[in-house]
Amino acid sequence: MTDANQQMVEQYRNNFLREVEDNVEEGGWVKMCMQCGVCSGSCPLGPHWDHPPQELFMMIRAGKRDEVLQSSSMWMCTSCYNCIVRCPRELPITHIMHGLAHYAKRLGIAPKNQPTHKFAQLFWNNLTKTGRVNELKLGLALYFMNGISEGIKTSLKMKDVGLGMMMTKRLSPMELIGGHKCKDTSGLQAILKKAEELEAARIPVAGK
Amino acid sequence: MSDVIATNQTILVVGGGISGVTAAIEAAECGKQVILVEKNPSLGGRVSQLYKYFPKLCFPSCGMEINLRRAKANRNLTVLTMTEVSAVNGESGNYSVTLKTSPRYVNENCTACGECEKAVEAEFASEYDYGMKKRKGAYLPFNMAYPQRYVIDPNMIGTDDAQKAKDACKYDAIDLDMQESETTLTVGAVIWATGWQPYDADKIQPYGHDRYDNVVTSVEFERMLDPFGPTGGKIVRPSDGKEAKDVAFIQCAGSRDRNHLKHCSRICCMATLKQTTYLREKYEDDFKASVYYIDIRAIDRIDDFYQNVQADENVTFIKSKVASITEDKDTGNPILHGVNTEGYHRYSNPHDLVVLAVGMEPSVAKSDFPIDVVVNDNGFIEADEKNGGIFAAGCSSDALDVNRAVQSATASALRAIQVINRVAGTEG
Repeated sequence: MTDANQQMVEQYRNNFLREVEDNVEEGGWVKMCMQCGVCSGSCPLGPHWDHPPQELFMMIRAGKRDEVLQSSSMWMCTSCYNCIVRCPRELPITHIMHGLAHYAKRLGIAPKNQPTHKFAQLFWNNLTKTGRVNELKLGLALYFMNGISEGIKTSLKMKDVGLGMMMTKRLSPMELIGGHKCKDTSGLQAILKKAEELEAARIPVAGK
Repeated sequence: MSDVIATNQTILVVGGGISGVTAAIEAAECGKQVILVEKNPSLGGRVSQLYKYFPKLCFPSCGMEINLRRAKANRNLTVLTMTEVSAVNGESGNYSVTLKTSPRYVNENCTACGECEKAVEAEFASEYDYGMKKRKGAYLPFNMAYPQRYVIDPNMIGTDDAQKAKDACKYDAIDLDMQESETTLTVGAVIWATGWQPYDADKIQPYGHDRYDNVVTSVEFERMLDPFGPTGGKIVRPSDGKEAKDVAFIQCAGSRDRNHLKHCSRICCMATLKQTTYLREKYEDDFKASVYYIDIRAIDRIDDFYQNVQADENVTFIKSKVASITEDKDTGNPILHGVNTEGYHRYSNPHDLVVLAVGMEPSVAKSDFPIDVVVNDNGFIEADEKNGGIFAAGCSSDALDVNRAVQSATASALRAIQVINRVAGTEG
């Protein structure tokens, strides 16, 4: 393309599409969507999304930044990969959904009460503490995610499953104190800290 | 076949469909010696399997008849059916080609009286009807077949049935000892007109062409309209034979899809628009056609046709690539699932019958050509200097409609003639 042509193209590229291309994992693919709708039709959770993937792609191209990033839609993705398999242009749609969710989270504008969002944070906190997932603590944290009374109710409902897991040694009550961990926890923490620094240098962080 | 004479001033045309026949006739009428080979027992190709052409909605048999008359009248043209090219060597102006002819088991004495067909019992899936119908073991490929000569299915050889056919023939036309033969000829140029094949719809897993009776391809739908075809010219459901009045058409079934064919097959939009007119022809106002599409690509002058179909109140256009098809077990209705992208409306629509507008792929893969040819990403032969005196005509050069295929064939005839003129010039 000549420079003049390139300039014309640039004029029509809105900033949000460019922001997505720069900051969202696999975001460079968004412009390739041809709006056939096969991803939206293939999504098993489709009826429960505010905006199915192909609509999100159109919204990105239309520059609807807040509506996209504050949406709970991409948090609904269960990574079933139906959309990726059927996409006639081979867009990595599942990955783009996670990329969008991750980016919204970094910016601090992801929907606060979206359950997948909440769980993802609980899982991350649990995992990074020791380098191993503490299933007992994670389970309890999940039950009490929405307050004490609901937590007690859920715990009672799930107690047979929990006891069964303990009987078959899939769950240890000892996990409540400390729990198992990887060999070099402080080494892991250092790695994560460094990774966070690198990521922060690349993409803006909420509140900064 | 020993009586076939060829020199390096001869043009070999491979494939006897509309493109090959056109290229062969055009070159022969320019005074060049032409050998036309066809793998099947008859000329005609895919065009002979169509009910009507777009945009004029005339019958392909008409144009084919004119072409066959021209072919018969021309002394420069030799037609070899049941013949394939097994080897090509050499360079522009001087190719050595090996032709392999399969036995037809029926000789020139055949008058196409049909007695052998009546005598035999064995039946096979009809290639002409995409397996939707059975044909006998002794058969005429189709009514307009050229040459008008019967064929004995090779699976019949050695059976009592084959002997019955022979005994029924009053003209001593059946020769069950006929053998495969091979001959090597010299030709100056080769026109490759091996055409296209419909993309295998079974590979489009979510649409269930392999699982649901009432999901058919556009080429199969076309066969239904033939009065002598598998349904006697009626548009009916394969599952129960009921009239199909609510028909869904799915565009880009296999085309424009990196999981299948990357290219746009170009003809399928027009083919579907044409097929909606079949419904009106058969059911007048008592039908419903739903076209599921990504975009309708009715190009240049045929946009009028699109506008006329759009104006038909019984035809609905739904902008959506259908995600999947399921089947209602009780009614046999296919149910289409997806999202209408104009307004993001989710749908689950039952229809009587679903027609997949399947794409075109080259019928010969690059690895199967007897000589190395330059093809593009989609397997179609490129107009590349490296191909020397080998030229593509019609759908072996690109996904084309009949109109453009014929133009392409004429162009390739001209290119081949240039090679022959060059050879003639240097030799004489």
